[in-house]
Amino acid sequence: MNSWQTILVALRAILSNKLRALLTTLGIVIGVAAVVAMMAVGAGAKAQVQEAFAAMGTNILVLLPGSVATGGVQLGFGSKPTLTWDDLRAIGSEVDSVKATAPMLRTTTTLVADEQNWTTTVTGTTPDYFAIRDWPMTLGEPFTQPDVESGAKFAVVGQTVADRLFGANAKPLGTAIRIRGIPFRIVGVAAKKGQSSTGQDYDDAVFIPVTTFAQKMQGGLAKFLQGTILVQATSTEATSRAESGIRALLRDRHQLAPDRDDDFSIRNLSDIAGAQEQGTETMTLLLASVAAISLIVGGIGIMNIMLVGVTERTREIGLRMALGANSGNILAQFLVEALSLSVAGGLIGVGAGIAVARWIAQSFQWLTLIQPHVIGVAVGFSAAVGIVFGIYPARKASELDPIEALRFE
Amino acid sequence: MGRALIDLAEVTKVYASGDIEVCALDRVSLTIQEGEWVAIMGASGSGKSTMMNLLGCLDRPTSGHYALAGRLVSDMSRRELARVRNEFIGFVFQQFNLLPRTSALDNAALPLIYAGMGARERRRRAAEALERVGLSGRLDHHPNQLSGGQQQRVAIARAIVNQPKVILADEPTGALDTRTSVEVMSLFHELWREGITLVLVTHESDIAAFASRVVSMRDGQIVSDQLQTPRTALGRPDARQTP
Repeated sequence: MNSWQTILVALRAILSNKLRALLTTLGIVIGVAAVVAMMAVGAGAKAQVQEAFAAMGTNILVLLPGSVATGGVQLGFGSKPTLTWDDLRAIGSEVDSVKATAPMLRTTTTLVADEQNWTTTVTGTTPDYFAIRDWPMTLGEPFTQPDVESGAKFAVVGQTVADRLFGANAKPLGTAIRIRGIPFRIVGVAAKKGQSSTGQDYDDAVFIPVTTFAQKMQGGLAKFLQGTILVQATSTEATSRAESGIRALLRDRHQLAPDRDDDFSIRNLSDIAGAQEQGTETMTLLLASVAAISLIVGGIGIMNIMLVGVTERTREIGLRMALGANSGNILAQFLVEALSLSVAGGLIGVGAGIAVARWIAQSFQWLTLIQPHVIGVAVGFSAAVGIVFGIYPARKASELDPIEALRFE
Repeated sequence: MGRALIDLAEVTKVYASGDIEVCALDRVSLTIQEGEWVAIMGASGSGKSTMMNLLGCLDRPTSGHYALAGRLVSDMSRRELARVRNEFIGFVFQQFNLLPRTSALDNAALPLIYAGMGARERRRRAAEALERVGLSGRLDHHPNQLSGGQQQRVAIARAIVNQPKVILADEPTGALDTRTSVEVMSLFHELWREGITLVLVTHESDIAAFASRVVSMRDGQIVSDQLQTPRTALGRPDARQTP
């Protein structure tokens, strides 16, 4: 008896009771569908985080002033200005693996156009900022380095701000807006960048030259830089080298003794991305393990129905043995039957899971991603469930005594 | 008549049920030649079912030797016995034991699956066997579409499909009415005339009358063993012609 014949015999047995076969596999179907759908949602969320950070740039460091801890008391970063304008220049010129730097001075304030007003974040920075963020303009140009040096009252607005103040499809280039009562001329509209992983709208922002910001929003250029510094490393690989270079430089410039903590903090965006990804992964794993439990419950369902089947078909087993089937043939027949049930359930489950993932994607506007390896694992797992829960009933069938089995009523 | 096909020598079968040991067969010796038609008779508890199970290689004796077609089967493993059953023995049961929702053709071909035969050859041989029992027009019928007599004939086709050395029939007419019984017995008669060795277990003497030799059992022992002129189905020389 070859394996093909074994499969045919098992399939015939399954098809002779279709409704029961369907109900038996339902547990596996639901389990696999849940695993596939959950993993698709998880992978989608992960991809979205990755995309969001890729939009930020993976070779980007953010430098924050302030101390990590003072005498055991944790103070927020930026709670104490420790970075100077000279630090900024030194980082740009003295650390090899740094490609560009840009200061970021921020405040939230209300903008006033002719008829509209809108509260948003105003960032004081340099033209390098747009280069580092790889952020093109849809209209106009960013302000220039001479604009920064002269403290020009020029502004670059994000798409959201432009829409809110001037309406969609407006071309507000050259128009004046008032920031804290000071008129600024719009020289550029930044291209739409979308949302960050936390839902923050990148386009809801206004950028002005950093000198103008310091003078008009912060009351003059002081020694300390009242904000953060955006640093771009020469490449993704060079990011950690840049990080250690900056740390060494700043510790030296701030004359920190070796036993003192840094009075600044460097955030590596890829680290943050990693942490977020890990969070998503943990969540996915949790959901998937709940789904896996339902697979096991499905397996118990298969075992139950296989045991019923063995009892019901005792005479058939006895007959097959009388006609020359050995224990191995009977074992194989029932094992293949359990396996076919669970694999069929697995395949239906994959279909259902994909359908559910698509439905979730459509109705919740979530990104879902079907990964081929998840399908492979899900089907493989359901096959394993079939074998694990099928082996006991199959062994029971194969160990029947043909005489007893033939006499069974 | 030919050489010894079945040779039981001092065969004893003891069943342990709880603390009590039941001796179902007590040092039975029996030789059956090729081409014989032996009816084993006896009341229930006489040991004839145990005898049937041993002859059919479904069970092994507690002591003694059993040789089938020159092979000592009493020492064989379960796996080897399955092979011997498949190659040398055809079974016919009282309750037919056909697979439900399965065509006559597939039912008749069942032993060939375990012989490892290809599908085409299986179908050819099963069709041939069904033709031999007069069911060539019923290949695709399922058991529930067949009469009792027809079902038993499918079972007989299944028993002969692997060209066995011996057919063991356990009360083959027990579930049939008298007329159908005679038809089935006539079919056995045909097969016997064509050279098949038959062993028939029954408690009905008019069924045993079809055999060429009657072995009577009581309390696990053979009490008589007689040759006789086999009865034929009078007035029905060819039962296959009847619907």
